[in-house]
Amino acid sequence: MTPLYQINIRKTLADAHLEEAIYAATARLMDHRRQVVGPQALPDYQELREQARRIKQHTLENLDAYLEQFEAQVQARGGVVVWARDGGEAADFLLELARRKQARLIVKSKSMTTEEIGLRERLEQHHLETVETDLGEYIIQLAQERPYHIVAPALHKTRYEVGEIFRRRLGVPEETVPEKQTKIARRVLRQKFLAADIGVTGANFLVADSGAVVLVENEGNARLTTSAPRIHVALAGIEKLIPRAQDLAVFLKLLGRSATGQPLTVYTSLLAGPRREGELDGPEEFYVVLLDNGRTRVLADRDKRQSLYCIRCGACLNHCPVYRRIGGHNYPWVYSGPIGKIISPQFQGLMQDPWLPFASSLCAACAEVCPVKIEIPRLLLELRAEIVKTWRRERQKRLERWAFRLWAWAMRRPRIYEMLALAAGALMGEEAGRGWLAKAPALLNAGPLRAWFSQRDLPPPGRTFRQLWRTRTARVR
Amino acid sequence: MPRESVLHKVRTALARKVGQPPAPAPPPRLSIPELEPQARWERFARALEKLGGKAQRVSSPAEAGRAVAALIGDRPAVASEAPYLAQCGIPRLPSVQSGFRDPAALRAACAAAEFGITSADYALADTGTLVIASSPREPRLISLLPPVHVAVLPAERLLTGLDELLALAPAPAERTSALVLITGPSRTADIEQILVRGVHGPGQIHVIVVDGRETTG
Repeated sequence: MTPLYQINIRKTLADAHLEEAIYAATARLMDHRRQVVGPQALPDYQELREQARRIKQHTLENLDAYLEQFEAQVQARGGVVVWARDGGEAADFLLELARRKQARLIVKSKSMTTEEIGLRERLEQHHLETVETDLGEYIIQLAQERPYHIVAPALHKTRYEVGEIFRRRLGVPEETVPEKQTKIARRVLRQKFLAADIGVTGANFLVADSGAVVLVENEGNARLTTSAPRIHVALAGIEKLIPRAQDLAVFLKLLGRSATGQPLTVYTSLLAGPRREGELDGPEEFYVVLLDNGRTRVLADRDKRQSLYCIRCGACLNHCPVYRRIGGHNYPWVYSGPIGKIISPQFQGLMQDPWLPFASSLCAACAEVCPVKIEIPRLLLELRAEIVKTWRRERQKRLERWAFRLWAWAMRRPRIYEMLALAAGALMGEEAGRGWLAKAPALLNAGPLRAWFSQRDLPPPGRTFRQLWRTRTARVR
Repeated sequence: MPRESVLHKVRTALARKVGQPPAPAPPPRLSIPELEPQARWERFARALEKLGGKAQRVSSPAEAGRAVAALIGDRPAVASEAPYLAQCGIPRLPSVQSGFRDPAALRAACAAAEFGITSADYALADTGTLVIASSPREPRLISLLPPVHVAVLPAERLLTGLDELLALAPAPAERTSALVLITGPSRTADIEQILVRGVHGPGQIHVIVVDGRETTG
């Protein structure tokens, strides 16, 4: 039977429009990136990558110290740090906060971490209106799908589909010009921004020495999310830490270029605490939720720890020949593309989707473009090895289970059991008197049994217990 | 307690002890090129215009005031209380509102205005970026809600790029609750990768750089 994931992949491959859309969009993103990382545009590109990797490695190796420094800095500026072991705890904190503050409306800026824990769905289940404000993400929310790409969530939607979605969900006349569609979204979302009680964002970086949340975006929705509502909650994985504000010089240069080919994105906000004395805008309350959700498990693996260096630029997706054919929805989790192939198994469990690390040609384009130099192909090979090992172990367990089941079946049937015992005895009988089981006939001494008999031995079988019993009872009678 | 649990797991994963200081971090990497003021201006203007913004150079604060007046005409505008804008006489222009004390009034004015006028702490030549530290005199919404953002700053605040900014301001969080870098007009390419300007922030940005020599208008 064809597995479901293969059926879905074939469906994508058969959809010419979709194939064309993914191919064209990723080609454009690749082209944009190439123009700004070349030796002319950015002569020290390779040194920047090396420095970024070094800093990520250093930060993760000393993570507890930087987490504590970050926490102390946030508190010193009047902010609150909340720790969450998993998505449930993070969502519970927000629900409790919303209840306490009698919040009715939450605006959100794009964040893969909130996608990872299904935050919006969890909030909506509790009847808390939660609105995505990044245009692509808003389209995806209205279409009730999940993001297609780490950076461009609605990459697979044509303007005609967007027009249809807006008409159906917003009750506006069908509009197919992106500029006009953007105006519609601006109008609808502007009202949401101004009415919202809580703004939820992710974080591109958390700066330990500043207690600051850094947000990188193009539309201005993250700025509005963190300026208009009276409460700002930033949700971030613990791996987002960097030691110093000065390290942003390296990361900001790499992130915009790798993601969309921009030397800097339109807006970069460094947010440190609630509004200060005398300020007229900005949040009155500032929370940072630090999320584990499996990250400490990855951290414990010295070699695969580098998976946590990822700054979510999406370059590996755009350059991946597999992603470019199968698109973002054929990956089992919110993180797609090459980076998804290495983090999904580590976060979600190796055997959840064991095919995933194998669905790669190991062409290494991802490693070539990764701004923090994660060795994705090598990690894929290691995950494959671990999966095969687990498979073998499980297959062996399965064989053993079958053997015992057969044994139990025979044990419950005396006639059959006796016949089998006699047959076994007869089979070895010819060896009786000549030696031990080690000299058992070739039939028993082949395959996996050979290994068994080479180390273990028994005296040759005589008469069975049943035979002896029958003789004795006959004599008594 | 989640805090202790997460920190404990982190320490166990790293074989580190409670209170153990971090190993020395790799030194920051900042490289600041030498660049003449004129070259800074040219680079800034080129970068900003490439993004669809406008860069204008004037010779005095008074001329900056006149440039802003010509730009906005009699359409509604909100100006921040940045001292440099006052030097240029901008808050006194007829259609300009300034000097808000009530958050709700500021918000309503910004939502209705066609222009938001701010100064900037710095500008970055490499990328055509404005750097604005939010403060009581420089609220966030003025550069965010109106469809056009006008920024006026003296030429001496032109830095080469991000590296020079972070060398000058290594700890921005001590000074401001929000340091914002603005690089061109708000934009998106979320629908079919087609560039659209003015999504949630201003779709137009107009930067007036005033020659540094003169200080009065």
